[in-house]
Amino acid sequence: MKIHEYQGKEILKSYGVPVPRGQVAFTADEAVAAAESLGGDIWVVKAQIHAGGRGKGGGVKLARSVDEVRALADEILGMQLVTHQTGPEGQTVRRVYIEEGVDIARELYLGVILDREKSRICFMASAEGGMEIEEVAARDPDAIKKEWVDPIVGLADYQARNLAFALGLEGKAVRNAVKFMKALYRAFVEKDASLAEINPLVITGAGGVIALDAKINFDGNALYRQKDVLGYRDLDEEDPKEIEASKFDLNYISLDGTIGCMVNGAGLAMATMDTIKHYGGDPANFLDVGGGATTEKVTAGFKIILSDPNVKGIFVNIFGGIMKCDIIANGVVAAARELGLEVPVVVRLAGTNVELGKKILAESGLKLTAADNMAEGAQAIVRLTSGE
Amino acid sequence: MAIWVDENTKLLCQGITGSTGSFHCKQMMAYGTDLVAGVTPGKGGQTFEEKVPVFNTVAQAVAETGANASVVYVPPPFAADAILEAIAAGVELIIAITEGIPVLDMVEVKAALKGSGSRLVGPNCPGVISPGKCKIGIMPGHIHLPGRVGVVSRSGTLTYEAVGQLTALGIGQSTCVGIGGDPVNGTNFIDVLEAFNDDPDTDAVIMIGEIGGNAEEQAAAWIEANMKKPVAGFIAGTTAPPGRRMGHAGAIISGGKGTAADKIAAMQAAGIKVADTPADMGSALASLL
Repeated sequence: MKIHEYQGKEILKSYGVPVPRGQVAFTADEAVAAAESLGGDIWVVKAQIHAGGRGKGGGVKLARSVDEVRALADEILGMQLVTHQTGPEGQTVRRVYIEEGVDIARELYLGVILDREKSRICFMASAEGGMEIEEVAARDPDAIKKEWVDPIVGLADYQARNLAFALGLEGKAVRNAVKFMKALYRAFVEKDASLAEINPLVITGAGGVIALDAKINFDGNALYRQKDVLGYRDLDEEDPKEIEASKFDLNYISLDGTIGCMVNGAGLAMATMDTIKHYGGDPANFLDVGGGATTEKVTAGFKIILSDPNVKGIFVNIFGGIMKCDIIANGVVAAARELGLEVPVVVRLAGTNVELGKKILAESGLKLTAADNMAEGAQAIVRLTSGE
Repeated sequence: MAIWVDENTKLLCQGITGSTGSFHCKQMMAYGTDLVAGVTPGKGGQTFEEKVPVFNTVAQAVAETGANASVVYVPPPFAADAILEAIAAGVELIIAITEGIPVLDMVEVKAALKGSGSRLVGPNCPGVISPGKCKIGIMPGHIHLPGRVGVVSRSGTLTYEAVGQLTALGIGQSTCVGIGGDPVNGTNFIDVLEAFNDDPDTDAVIMIGEIGGNAEEQAAAWIEANMKKPVAGFIAGTTAPPGRRMGHAGAIISGGKGTAADKIAAMQAAGIKVADTPADMGSALASLL
């Protein structure tokens, strides 16, 4: 799960990680009030959307007067901000963060991720603040210093010092960086984060260490024990179809094509999309209905798929396994009847009672085509939706 | 022979009294798996299906029944603790079916596994089956056929798809291992490939991967250097968009890494016969025999 920058900074601050003072604003008036209450003579107006690359897209600007804060908030609120992560249509900006100016001496990079290979949390530091870490890694892997944390011990002081010295810090800044990193590690672990990127990490003229930006993602599996993190969820940043799917415990992701897919199991769902593509079609979505494909879930799945106006046909690919195919077939028929399905639907069933399942589909009188295997099903739905 | 599970496996089930655990325990017993004990804290003294004693702790269950493997159906908030309990009791093989365990819990479990005598398979996996001998997990037993091909996969139903294709071609399986779709798991591709390489009753292997991480690339490098037996493969997720988690927590292309194209290229370079589509997994393996 993703949250906004200002929310990430709220969490970091509560763990003692230094962040600039700031206030969120939903209107230009609130932005002005925020700037006045922060005081000073320089502010940063920052668009709050979940995608990265906001600065380059024109969503982060400097204001030298309260009037300028108002003008910039007016300009940024409501804009469609396009970045390399939003896609060409961009994302509507609904909130801005007003932050005090910071005395920047150096801009560095600090990232915390899970290293899958080592099964440990990894701290990554680079002197090239503001750069995408992938670009730095591709160009000069040695420019990134890494420390892997023993989960039993936690981030040790010496590891934090190693990172600080690798960044070229001296004196007071080293001590501040160690404090910063240890607090960041605590926040990461206690909040079940999956990623924390401080880019840039700023060293101030006085040797202070401060998070100028904060991108924090959380482990979806752990949200049951992170109720306050769940409170940060912003539904405006999510696809409405994906929100609807999550209510039924379905795993749905929108894509650009015309063939809706409903599959049980994530691996098979991906493989089904690949097969459709192989035969010249384009999948409209990824949808995993989970191990037990009940009538309720199949109905909800059909509804979500059909709410996408691009869908011209649906391929249902269920490897029943322990589930009986006749039960799944009945579920598909009931769902299709309830919704008055008008687009062609190809159903591939495998598992116990497959013949009975096919009979139920054939005798339903609905526009349902049964397929014997995955390739045949994919070819059939591509044919039926290409108007041939 | 087969790898890891066979007719000598004495299984205990953690979470035997829950709905998922009890359903699949009945399925496993019907398949012929020797289920010797169940564990549910607080329900010790009960008997499952009038046959299997239920204990409060794994240590008790092991001491009284000699169980040498455990299958975990415990819900996600308590699953990591269940695995730790099985490690502490010295269970040799722990198979965690549970989906949705917080990843930082698994980071701790992984640290506890180091230096222990236990092997963990999963979590978030279908389990391990040696057809005709022993089934541990949630896979449908009837699609399998005893034989000499090893199957290893990160996915559940996609494994069934591969097994179904092999069986339809008359090609039986020695052992099928689902390693699971989570970013931190107990057993990786190479662990399974090593075991198949050493198993005199496995002649060839099919390895089914998906986008995310670099486990397939590492496995391909290992195969090129060490594998004595032919390997076929498939990677799911050629059409998956970057930055989106495709169901499995581990199935995500991030920072331009973990794409299907990279994995397929690495596998082909290692001499693995990669199926063009998931419908060709069985025939790709058949072409190597």
